[in-house]
Amino acid sequence: MIYVKLTATEIEIAEILEKDARLTNEDLAKMTDLSIDQITQIVKKLEETKVIVRYVSLVDWTKIDGHQGVTAMIDVKVTPKRDVGFNDVAERIYRHREVKSVYLMSGTYDLSVQVEGHSVNEVAHFVSQKLSTIEGVISTTTHFVLKKFKHDGTIYDSDDHDKRIVVSP
Amino acid sequence: MELKTSYLAKHVRQLQPSGIRKFFDATAGMTDVISLGVGEPDFVTPWNVREAAILSLKDGFTSYTANAGLIELREEIANYIDENYCVSYDPESEITVTVGASEAIDIALRAILDPGDEVLVVEPCFVSYAPLVTLAGGVPVIVESSRDHDFKVRPEQLEDAVTDRTKAIMICSPNNPTGSMLSRDEMEQVCKVAKKHDLLILSDEIYAELVYDELYTSFAAIEGMQERTILVSGFSKDLAMTGWRLGFVCAPKEITEGMLKIHQYAIMCASTMAQHAAIEGLKNGRRDVTEMRKSYRQRRNYIVQSLNEMGLTCYKPEGAFYTFPSIESTGMDSETFATRLLHTERVVVVPGNAFGKSGEGHVRCSYATSMAQLQEAMKRIRHFMEEIN
Ligand SMILES: Cc1ncc(COP(=O)(O)O)c(C=O)c1O
Repeated sequence: MIYVKLTATEIEIAEILEKDARLTNEDLAKMTDLSIDQITQIVKKLEETKVIVRYVSLVDWTKIDGHQGVTAMIDVKVTPKRDVGFNDVAERIYRHREVKSVYLMSGTYDLSVQVEGHSVNEVAHFVSQKLSTIEGVISTTTHFVLKKFKHDGTIYDSDDHDKRIVVSP
Repeated sequence: MELKTSYLAKHVRQLQPSGIRKFFDATAGMTDVISLGVGEPDFVTPWNVREAAILSLKDGFTSYTANAGLIELREEIANYIDENYCVSYDPESEITVTVGASEAIDIALRAILDPGDEVLVVEPCFVSYAPLVTLAGGVPVIVESSRDHDFKVRPEQLEDAVTDRTKAIMICSPNNPTGSMLSRDEMEQVCKVAKKHDLLILSDEIYAELVYDELYTSFAAIEGMQERTILVSGFSKDLAMTGWRLGFVCAPKEITEGMLKIHQYAIMCASTMAQHAAIEGLKNGRRDVTEMRKSYRQRRNYIVQSLNEMGLTCYKPEGAFYTFPSIESTGMDSETFATRLLHTERVVVVPGNAFGKSGEGHVRCSYATSMAQLQEAMKRIRHFMEEIN
């Protein structure tokens, strides 16, 4: 792992963009008191060093008729391989399109795998046919997500309307 | 009608209603309004602080507290002031927990003023100062800070206004509505005047935690000043607790005893659940304050640059969450500007004259509102500026 050294301002830009990636360089320049050129440089640096990996939108699919889908969190136990440890099995798992995230965990199992599909059947099929047949996978425990309350620091359907009176001293 | 008004005391009849109220009424019934007129944080009180109040209710803490407030809270306040501003106050005899900084200002003035005593009130300032001096029987003597000096009062102005009836200087830094903050050096100049004429300083330090690029100095921390400073502060702004109505005042023992008598009879004690919440806020709320401060700072930078670009020149405020742009380039007075902006663009700003005569020629724009709202507000104001030119 190569660590990137960043200044406090560069970190601040990363923080701001993590919250709202739609802010323009001009907005960022104003917010941080830098020139647009400086911002362009910093954003480029953040992108090139992969500190900013990608710009995303948080979409609440449960709102869209016919697009609710299902999410499963799967605990996977694995036999680590000599030399490559868990990396090899992890890669064989994360290469699959259905897999949204893979983390190596401490505790009673090894990999935490998040899978998304259109239906329970589809996810079940993936687990039994693809995931559990990967060499090195010892066992899987599948938990289906029933409701997402908060994701990536954002509360879904939070009541965020401004309750303040319009003018106050 | 005539008869009913005649029941009112003369000095109350003469009291002017706040200019802010008038503007609030003007927005009634309007939709799609973006408000830069709000004098409070856009954040909700941090959850752990709210939870502390809920738990205190569950545990049945629903009775009065000591007049001066829960001793545990006063101890936390003492620690906080000691750690952050290097001033030590005795929680037993020098700290009073009040119903907001608002009450703290009121009891401080009532405790120190004899009829006819004068208080130097540095304007533009928070709307309550001069009226509260009057209600306490005193005479507010207005000292105007001007844009030419970045809204910082100069010692010679104070010096000129002092008479043998002057009792205190009332000052707020960082300031509402200008956001301007005195440097340590400038504070020392003010203190010299106070010492020379044996005056008290009534220092409203409610925005002490919302300072963006510099270190904050309390008036009480300046050599020889603690004995003549009444330090007013609270939880409304930094912990986003405006609706809880909780503040505090620190002062030498003898002055505290005087204020406490008034507080005891008029208020009894501040809200118990709010006091429990504030203990949690002081113990574990600093992370939240740091996050909020960072966010305000970004918005300050954004709004100051945006307004300056439009020809609404403004001083870059060191603290609080207000900008006070000059509207001179439009040729309008502040009420006309604010009214026209409200009706044509549905953006609320507060006319500068609501904060004293010296605020005329300016409007107060609060940036305690989301970036998205600020962006839209700037767009609308830019449009307004283009239309009138
Ligand atoms: C300068 C100043 N002092 C005092 C107050 C009142 O604060 P509190 O909510 O603690 O009564 C405010 C609130 O707007 C303020 O801006």
